[in-house]
Amino acid sequence: MDNLYRDFILEHYRQPHNKGVLDPHDLHFADSNPTCGDEMSMTLVLDDSKQRVVDVAFDGRGCAISQASASILTDELRGLTLDDLRGIDPKDVVENLGVPIGPARLKCALLSYKVLQGALIGVAAVWPEEADVLTGASEGGSAP
Amino acid sequence: MAIGQAERAELDGAALRADFPVFERLTASGHRLAYLDSASSSQKPRAVIEAIADAYAHHYANVHRGIYELSVDADARYEGARRAVARFIGAPSSREIVFVRNATEALNLVAYSWGRTNLAAGDLILSTEMEHHANLVPWQQLAEATGARLEYVRLTDDGRLDLDDLRERLARGPRLVALSHVSNALGTINPVGEIGRMAHDAGAIVVLDAAQSVPHMPVNVAELGVDLAALSGHKMLGPSGIGALWGRRELLDAMPPFLTGGSMITRVTLEGAEWNEVPWKFEAGTPAIAEAAGLSAAVDYLEALGMERVRAHERRLFERAWSALGEIRGVRLLGPDSPDEHAGVISFVVEAIHPHDVATIVDQHGVAVRAGHHCAQPVMLRYDLPATTRASFSVYNDLDDVERLADAIRAAQRVFGTA
Repeated sequence: MDNLYRDFILEHYRQPHNKGVLDPHDLHFADSNPTCGDEMSMTLVLDDSKQRVVDVAFDGRGCAISQASASILTDELRGLTLDDLRGIDPKDVVENLGVPIGPARLKCALLSYKVLQGALIGVAAVWPEEADVLTGASEGGSAP
Repeated sequence: MAIGQAERAELDGAALRADFPVFERLTASGHRLAYLDSASSSQKPRAVIEAIADAYAHHYANVHRGIYELSVDADARYEGARRAVARFIGAPSSREIVFVRNATEALNLVAYSWGRTNLAAGDLILSTEMEHHANLVPWQQLAEATGARLEYVRLTDDGRLDLDDLRERLARGPRLVALSHVSNALGTINPVGEIGRMAHDAGAIVVLDAAQSVPHMPVNVAELGVDLAALSGHKMLGPSGIGALWGRRELLDAMPPFLTGGSMITRVTLEGAEWNEVPWKFEAGTPAIAEAAGLSAAVDYLEALGMERVRAHERRLFERAWSALGEIRGVRLLGPDSPDEHAGVISFVVEAIHPHDVATIVDQHGVAVRAGHHCAQPVMLRYDLPATTRASFSVYNDLDDVERLADAIRAAQRVFGTA
């Protein structure tokens, strides 16, 4: 069970990628994890067409899981279109952490995804359904 | 020599665990469960679980209605539970005990019923920065609805109410003072008797959130001199879904109903209704009947242990934990360092490790603690913390639980390389 805190996760926690605030930016959003009150913000810079991510950063204090998740997720976003961002499957965000995430820590793992989705729609996004993210693909899901 | 309370042996947490079926199961990690989250909700002794099953199996009918034998039996047991709660908290009369869902509902009842009848624009409500959201949000809503002002007594750096600040605010003549007996986020035991006297001298009524004190120490609401008090069954070894509001009879008599409907009336026509007497005026609809039986059994269980002994037991655990955790480099403890002013609730932060991560790693060692803001976000803001980890004790804990917590925190520090 200790493998939740594999070196990979702890390295992202100690030295997160893409941490900070981009200014100026095209998109900005902040949201929080209701269980601990941790807040996370995200800023994105888009290309001239305003459709493609040029740069991204996240900010805020949080646990190892939420910080590693944001670090790993933001690494993947440069060059993607806004449609690509909308289409991100929260299940992939959890799986990309490469460690076993249970219900108790799911919100930590998904806070960065929620903040990103909020940045796209300008209001707080809803949390993905736990059953859609943690169970097999046969359960179906709300993510596109 | 007579054997009095003082001569009775100390409580043995390990032996008492035999009364709580939950401790028969090992955690997934193969450990005996060290349950240190009783401030959130307590475990249940077999006597409580069996009382609930017995109520459904042998004594169940609706209360306050039936003419038949079974209903009279159910009614007698439900009202017996009311007397047990009254006796337990020193209420002068069981008619002053209103059964509600939990302390949150009790406080909402007061805010709606007393508050919206007695407060007007410009009146002052006084609460504190220490409160659980349950003793904070209802007053915010009341202030918004009535135009009353809401102020908060400040906290000192070591987690006490700032009594000088309290004096200054009392001088402004609040109508109502709402405070907790024990802080769920800091463990602070507030000097309620003294504060109650000061508040009464200032002309305010005093509403006490006793959810964190009643399960852990002798509480006598009449001696404390407060006017209304709220408690939750599930924090005092009883079931969830039932709690109580105690209030001085004349206050309850003068308050309008909160929820309306069946059984809280004496007469209803299509034009209107007349209210039943207290406490039934405040108990609309079928109440939590089996839960009342469970709560009554919980009271019996705690009374048999003796609340003085419960308090002494948890004080010993607090003292050991306070020193064991304080010895760990990088651990910062919150709240008063005097065991006289600190209940068995310890909030702490571990340097460079988020409370969620602390809680996850100690869980892997079979130790259940809380991580988060403990429904007291203003407390977190006051001390500039996003969250804390919290360990809280009850009768079924022992010194081994404390040692295991300390060891598990060191294990978390090794995982994070901060040991």
